[in-house]
Amino acid sequence: MAAQGTSRSGLSSALPLLAPAYLWLTAAIFLPLSAMVFFSFMTDLPLSGKPWAFTLGNYAAFFSQSLYLTLLLASLRLGLEVTLWCVIIGYPAAYVLAKVLKGRSREAIFLLVILPFWSNGLVRIFSWAMVLREGGILDTALNAVLPFKINIDLMYSYPAVIIGLVHSYVPYMVLTCYLTLQAIDDSLIEAGRSLGASRLQVLKRVIIPLSMPGLVAGAALIFVPVVGSFMEPRILGGRTGTFYGTIIEDQFVAVFNWPLGAALSFILLAVVLVILAVASPVLKRAA
Amino acid sequence: MMTTRVLEGLGRFYIGLLLTFLYLPIIIMALMSLNVSPFYQLPFEWTTEWYASLWQNDQLIAATWNSLEIAVITTIICVVLGSAASLALYRYDFRGKKFLQALLFPPIAIPWLITGTAMLIFFFGVGIGRGLFAILLGHVALALPYVIVVVSARLQTFAPELEEAARSLGANQWQVTARVTLPWIMPGVIAGGLFAFAVSFDQFVVSYFLATPGQTTLPVEIYAAIRKGFTPEINAVSTIIIVVSMALMLLTARFFKFGGEK
Repeated sequence: MAAQGTSRSGLSSALPLLAPAYLWLTAAIFLPLSAMVFFSFMTDLPLSGKPWAFTLGNYAAFFSQSLYLTLLLASLRLGLEVTLWCVIIGYPAAYVLAKVLKGRSREAIFLLVILPFWSNGLVRIFSWAMVLREGGILDTALNAVLPFKINIDLMYSYPAVIIGLVHSYVPYMVLTCYLTLQAIDDSLIEAGRSLGASRLQVLKRVIIPLSMPGLVAGAALIFVPVVGSFMEPRILGGRTGTFYGTIIEDQFVAVFNWPLGAALSFILLAVVLVILAVASPVLKRAA
Repeated sequence: MMTTRVLEGLGRFYIGLLLTFLYLPIIIMALMSLNVSPFYQLPFEWTTEWYASLWQNDQLIAATWNSLEIAVITTIICVVLGSAASLALYRYDFRGKKFLQALLFPPIAIPWLITGTAMLIFFFGVGIGRGLFAILLGHVALALPYVIVVVSARLQTFAPELEEAARSLGANQWQVTARVTLPWIMPGVIAGGLFAFAVSFDQFVVSYFLATPGQTTLPVEIYAAIRKGFTPEINAVSTIIIVVSMALMLLTARFFKFGGEK
């Protein structure tokens, strides 16, 4: 009581305040996730009146048909590529924000970079359709400048999906890297420089190691949702946009094989959890 | 010194490029929503026809009202439940507190595709089914962790001695909370509420799995329209959404400093 004037009797006092929020989370997140695991071992949904039994068939389907594994690998590759592009594009921007810009211009630009971050993701993906399609802005603008005729029709292609996803997620990387870069004491950089290290050496030996937690946090925040993305490939990828996420979506809205969808979702969840577990030691060091 | 100048200039230029990348498609979409040609043909000719025709689109208007209603109710519920939970986590020490705090991250970290399909299965299984009520249940659960995190961050800056002082001056628990603690954390509560509104209003994935043809939200309706084919009307409504959510974000930024306390 002396040290923390506020921490008094404990659980019995805390419970009435905590219970509503946590009951809601249990009913709408934790129970559904458990139910999904349960359903993934069933032949059919018990509520449809049809007979059902426990089965491993849904998981067997994943391992026996190479389609699912191929798509999962395609999604993991997509996640990796998008994350990499976000590092390449986002990290230098975070560095400039944290170490070059000062005062009000820094605040304003920082806000501008993270502003799209909470605006509607679907609409932002859709906005790329205007730019990437044949006869779109990119096509028209390049043909107006270039002396020869070229056709830019990136719409419904793998690069279009990458561009859209990088556009959606790069603010995460800027945000997390900015936070760690900003915490690096400038005198460390100056010390390195005055001891004769080149800019590149300072970058490699001081700045990048110290900002690693931000890079890892950003990578986790981007990689996980990208692997589970389905709306972005659908809109920008068209027929080429079949990934693991779109297959899961199909099970629920087109094929209506919910147990298989649940199994595929759960496999994705397991993959995601493994990735987060691998990333967490680095994240803990940051906290 | 010279190279430092050059590098700084390059850095500024680079930030300019990044901002162009981030805003160009949005600006083009907004311009195209004001263009006469329904096939996005140039040269640009000004019109507000597409915005006017939005008013004739009953389906879109109904979906917009649903989105707004759900977002407002989500915000109210999340602010009340989230602030209460944050206060409890701040004030009291008990076994399992760390675990409860850790429980806030799965809802944020697990892809919405997984959460959404899990909700669909579970709500169907327990008889809630799909529709607006299911969407509301889901949105509150998605937004709640954000509110708790934001309000808790604000509480970190609160000096517990203030509560102690009020108590020693004879205030009871309710008075302490209402007169001392709440006014202090109000910026966090408002920011948390705006977050909750944004999470709900912009939510597509979870709503998509829980919506039914008659009971749907604006993003779900837009997605359906996009898949049928692009129209300038979608540009118009998308532009409105982007402007609204960015305005909301700017408002949030006034109450809650991103990038931590400097």
